[in-house]
Amino acid sequence: MNLFSFSRFAAVFMKEFVQMRRDRITFGMMIGVPLMQLVLFGYAINSDPKHLPAALVMGENSVFARSIVSAIEQTDYFRLRPAPITEREADWLLKTGEIQFAITIPPHFSDDLVRGRRPALAVEADATDPVATVNAVSALINLDRTALQHDLKGPLAHLAPNPTPFELRIQRRYNEEGISQYNVVPGLIGVVLTMTMIMMTGLAMTRERERGTMENLLAMPVRPLEVMLGKIVPFIFVGYVQVAIILLAAKFLFQVPFEGSLTILSLAAILFIAANLAVGFTFSTLATNQLQAMQLSVFFFLPSLLLSGFMFPFRGMPQWAQWVGETLPLSHFLRIIRGVLLKGNGWVEIWPELWPILLFMLLVSALALLRYRRTLD
Amino acid sequence: MSAATDIPVIAVRGLTKSFEGRKVVSDLDLTVNRGQIYGFLGPNGSGKTTTIRMLCGLLTPDGGSGTCLGYDIRKQAEAIKRQVGYMTQKFGLYEDLTIRENLTFVARVYGLDRVKARVDQALERLGLDERACQLAGKLSGGWKQRLALAACILHEPKLLLLDEPTAGVDPKARRDFWDQIHTLAHEGLTVLVSTHYMDEAERCHEILYIAYGKLLARGTVPAVIAAAHLSAWSVEPIRGDGTEIAALSRQLQQRDGVDMVAPFGAVLHVCGRDEAALDAATRDERIDPRYRWSRVAPSLEDVFIDLMGRSQDNFQ
Ligand SMILES: Nc1ncnc2c1ncn2[C@@H]1O[C@H](COP(=O)(O)OP(=O)(O)O)[C@@H](O)[C@H]1O
Ligand SMILES: [Mg+2]
Repeated sequence: MNLFSFSRFAAVFMKEFVQMRRDRITFGMMIGVPLMQLVLFGYAINSDPKHLPAALVMGENSVFARSIVSAIEQTDYFRLRPAPITEREADWLLKTGEIQFAITIPPHFSDDLVRGRRPALAVEADATDPVATVNAVSALINLDRTALQHDLKGPLAHLAPNPTPFELRIQRRYNEEGISQYNVVPGLIGVVLTMTMIMMTGLAMTRERERGTMENLLAMPVRPLEVMLGKIVPFIFVGYVQVAIILLAAKFLFQVPFEGSLTILSLAAILFIAANLAVGFTFSTLATNQLQAMQLSVFFFLPSLLLSGFMFPFRGMPQWAQWVGETLPLSHFLRIIRGVLLKGNGWVEIWPELWPILLFMLLVSALALLRYRRTLD
Repeated sequence: MSAATDIPVIAVRGLTKSFEGRKVVSDLDLTVNRGQIYGFLGPNGSGKTTTIRMLCGLLTPDGGSGTCLGYDIRKQAEAIKRQVGYMTQKFGLYEDLTIRENLTFVARVYGLDRVKARVDQALERLGLDERACQLAGKLSGGWKQRLALAACILHEPKLLLLDEPTAGVDPKARRDFWDQIHTLAHEGLTVLVSTHYMDEAERCHEILYIAYGKLLARGTVPAVIAAAHLSAWSVEPIRGDGTEIAALSRQLQQRDGVDMVAPFGAVLHVCGRDEAALDAATRDERIDPRYRWSRVAPSLEDVFIDLMGRSQDNFQ
């Protein structure tokens, strides 16, 4: 007996290779997952987001104001809304997350400036995701020194530096100290739910098929919707327990603020859980075995993790990646949960993020029910 | 016979099903009457399971039409499912549930009333009550099969479709199982049961023999044997160690007029469809003093092996 026989090794090797090739989905995933990672990490992700949406509240329209605005635009970090807005509007847009910065030039700015009263230029930043704003904020640091260089000449030259002609007042809203846990811990709820919920239900139908109980199930007068709901609902409870655990940890271990209503958050979480369960159920009707179901889950989980704004700032991604991101329920849920916990958002503010999840869930459920075969053909 | 028994429980014509371009069931006509036990026989891969699945709406036939329990097999699969008990070839209940949990699940899926009472009744009927709390996965083949039968009859179906219910089950359990089936048939159930066992075939009122998707023979056991028009000899070696019987078997197989040679222990069965040709082909060996030749009635197994051989010839 020799210890290692090449032909025995080769026999196992060949067998594995043939089996691998037979399993189309697995084979596809082995090629698809690295390609996807390459594209996502290589092209989509950018932790130095530029062109962040910002709006101006113009207390006056003067030469100085226009100079400041053009200096802000030149930093390349801000995409200013064309029309100035009111303070109330700015507040709303910050809350719903439509803008990341509100820049206020107060009334009598020029007047105060010329008189040397150092007026304040207020920049409010949505700091729920501190990483997303940090570079933009630092780009503003020297604004007070440089913005008006060209305007302060001749008789006004004495207003130039020292101390700066106006004050730059940067206010990080919703997360004043820029604590990254405030952003990560609530987001983790969404990530954990996406991963576990899809995997659990992904196995739901494939398990029936693999264990040979599928035929018996089909032979009985049970309808697809009944099977689907019956398999999904138990996991809503499981998911909700996960939410509760992380929320408790968020409050007591990380002192994450709880500004909004727990009821709203719970209902939104249940909708999000249901959407993920529907995805999992659809995967389980597509996959022929449990391994394939797991791989499909990974295939969905990866872009969710990378393109939702959990790991990297959403607005740092190129347009195409943002479009992909918008179709993922996790992107919307992250905005909801951060909005409710940190900004105290209510139904009206979260509605724009809620309906996409609802729509997603309905579409995916319809697909699952279409795919669910009532015969063995 | 009462009038009700004249209405067929299954009446299908021209049933056809192909998988990947290969005809698995072709142009099958089938009529099954009430209260009878039908044995569904045929070699592996002959299309028994496929036929049964088409009958209860689990597969859509490519061609053909008909009724099962008076419902259209194409359009009324839901109604059929409610009144048919189908026992799958592979154990189809949940191994990680107990016997009672499995039965309760089935009863609820069928929307039955008095779930607990019915489950208790089924447990008692099949002698499962003492094991009610055991996990199905831990049961032996015979007990699993009883559980599967209990699950099939819970909703009081009118027709039982049993797909190789006794494969891999010991003889005692097989006998008990068949006693159950006969009791159920007495109560008015119609049973279509596929099997590979000849003794089981002989316990059926009628048998249906299918090979390569075609129904080749049907009727009572004596009728099927008679219809085959087979003549048979049994050859017993008088001396010798059995090696010459193997040689004889090979020799005879080549002859025209000999359609089938099959050993049964030390005895050889030699059959032919044409009696005169068979006798002529075996004339020399029949006077060989080493063997004792006796004319026998062909067995059901002889008939099946012959039918299978014949259909294979047609099939190629
Ligand atoms: N879902 C299927 N897809 C492809 N081929 C199938 C399928 N089901 C059965 N077959 C083929 O059809 C033939 C008949 O199978 P089956 O009806 O199970 O035979 P039996 O039950 O008589 O052994 C076999 O050759 C089998 O491989
Ligand atoms: Mg079969």
